[in-house]
Amino acid sequence: MLKIKDLHASVEGKEILRGINLEVKAGEVHAIMGPNGSGKSTLASVIAGKEEFEVTQGSVELYGEDLEEVSPEGRAHKGLFLSFQYPIEIPGVSVTNFIKTAINESRKANGLEDMPAKDMLKMIREKSELLEIDRKFLSRSLNEGFSGGEKKRNEVFQMAMLEPKVAILDETDSGLDIDALRIVANGVNKLKSKDNAVILITHYQRLLEYIVPDFVHVLHNGKIVKSGGKDLALQLEEKGYDWLKQETAV
Amino acid sequence: MAYTEEELKKELETKEYEYGFYTDIESDTFPIGLSEEIVIAISKKKEEPEWMTLWRLEAFRIWKKMEEPEWANVHYDKPDFQAISYYSAPKSADPNKSLDDVDPDLLEMYRKLGISVDEQKKLQNVAVDIVVDSVSVATTFKKTLAEKGIIFMPISEAIQEHPELVKKYMGTVVPKTDNFYAALNSAVFTDGSFCYIPKGVRCPMELSTYFRINQANTGQFERTLLIADEDSYVSYLEGCTAPSRDENQLHAAVVELIALDGAEIKYSTVQNWFPGGKDGKGGVFNFVTKRALCEKNAKVSWTQVETGSAVTWKYPSCILKGDNSIGEFYSIAVTNNYQQADTGTKMIHIGKNTRSTIISKGVSAGKSQNSYRGLVQINSRADNARNFSQCDSLLMGNECGAHTFPYIEVKNKTAQVEHEATTSKIGEDQIFYCNQRGISTEKAIALIVNGFSKEVLNKLPMEFAIEAQKLLEISLEGSVG
Repeated sequence: MLKIKDLHASVEGKEILRGINLEVKAGEVHAIMGPNGSGKSTLASVIAGKEEFEVTQGSVELYGEDLEEVSPEGRAHKGLFLSFQYPIEIPGVSVTNFIKTAINESRKANGLEDMPAKDMLKMIREKSELLEIDRKFLSRSLNEGFSGGEKKRNEVFQMAMLEPKVAILDETDSGLDIDALRIVANGVNKLKSKDNAVILITHYQRLLEYIVPDFVHVLHNGKIVKSGGKDLALQLEEKGYDWLKQETAV
Repeated sequence: MAYTEEELKKELETKEYEYGFYTDIESDTFPIGLSEEIVIAISKKKEEPEWMTLWRLEAFRIWKKMEEPEWANVHYDKPDFQAISYYSAPKSADPNKSLDDVDPDLLEMYRKLGISVDEQKKLQNVAVDIVVDSVSVATTFKKTLAEKGIIFMPISEAIQEHPELVKKYMGTVVPKTDNFYAALNSAVFTDGSFCYIPKGVRCPMELSTYFRINQANTGQFERTLLIADEDSYVSYLEGCTAPSRDENQLHAAVVELIALDGAEIKYSTVQNWFPGGKDGKGGVFNFVTKRALCEKNAKVSWTQVETGSAVTWKYPSCILKGDNSIGEFYSIAVTNNYQQADTGTKMIHIGKNTRSTIISKGVSAGKSQNSYRGLVQINSRADNARNFSQCDSLLMGNECGAHTFPYIEVKNKTAQVEHEATTSKIGEDQIFYCNQRGISTEKAIALIVNGFSKEVLNKLPMEFAIEAQKLLEISLEGSVG
């Protein structure tokens, strides 16, 4: 469903992605790992359509459609979701109000009526239970004064509500204690189906103990330098990234 | 490619000020210029008693000696007071006729304004008085209100029918000598609303006045006088619009509120005068004096949503004279393009245990300038007075300005005065976050601004809160890239 071909992207003239190739099929879980500054978050932003990044070469396709001309909200309407590494705050806008707006905007773009309030409430109840979210939390201003863990849980809650086709989780494990990590991972596992796909961007192998990937890719200097199965993550945990760096240098 | 700022701007340039139509109604308009003769002529036209004529003339003499104030953080070409007509009335307006007799053109204008003067408002439980140019053309629900002893009528009628009340209170809160525009208004005011709530009465519906400037080259000088007698309650709302014109129109109103012992007044304003074009041409000069007097245990809340006018100069204030009286000011001021607003409040604490709250939200976009100016004064006898002020500014883009001028004067050691201020900017990251969730840039701005203004929007009566939210969206369209 998602196909990335020879993707090059730069910011302020500096090239960060230098030819990424990746294909993600429905039902798959991919993990993208790599040292700091290897381009992991940039890849996530470029897929989501953030304007400050310029795609200089290559393409990103969703269901065979080139996304180059599609706005960030247009990509969201097509079922792309990005869980942010640093979710932003919107004071005065409750979590419920925000997600309601997001859902109805997507429905509108896809020619549907607003979701009836009753259905919305039911869905909110189900998904918040799934992620063990306190109902009081939902009436708080979006991300304002949230702890790191609450922010990440809120991201996954939004993902659960929006039911995306392709979900990219950017460092969703960072800032989570072990209990929160288990809850979040559990939520993601329950949301997984044969019709959607998940891309996990992570620094550590820890998350992959809970969400088992089908493929692991290592990003270094803006390129995927190694791909493999879930064992690759274990190898990385053991040896660090240095052996790969050396391997690619050779 | 993503929707760019340029594309957004282009699209929005075609969206016009929604209320910019002009209704071709035959009207009776005075020649331009201001003199004692004109003041007398206005008074005559209104068939006023002699005391009123003399009151006006005195105000006119005071005004002639005054200078237009220049201390506000606004820049504009001063209006030529001799180039304005001081009286214009739709010819077919006759306050004694029923609604059925109202000129169909006028009714069509109300429809465009979204005001239904009949059934719809009945459902919403709102009594409306409508002022077009200089006269009041329709007041609804007079009878229902009269049963409770509530007087709600054009001030020109009140001068005839309730001279004792008008005489007793008019000019007591905003004296003729108060300031340049107040003095001018006192001399030439043509209409406005008068309201009296008797002792112990809770007004059963929202009272509302709708102001509209229709004719070219006319000034609108309305005067509102609202008296809430002991232990009474009233919620009052005013709305304003004007046609789009290239020249500036002047609006200089005076609003006086009197809350007697134990009374409560909620006064809400949704001000949407024509803000001028994208190039800063035209628009209404909104120079308004609003003040409330609070007696013992009385409470006055000002809530304003200011999105219109080219230049705004306005400080709804409370004189907390009685012990335990409470003053509140909740404001959202939005400026876009070349609009300038200098607005805020004055809370004058005189009585003991008086309390005041100021929540001001300024949103600036385009090349606009938005200033909060507020005074908190605690007098020497005001033991245990308390004030809390919060002034937040939200900026969009790099060409607008937000300014805060808080003045605090404390002459009593027991006072507690708190002031908080924040300035933030709608960031690209916030917009991108919303975009990623499927929310367009325009909708994202509306969401962020509504969130920012929530504390104030929550203070508006329900049906107007929704209107105000929409207004915020319209005012800020095309303001962020």
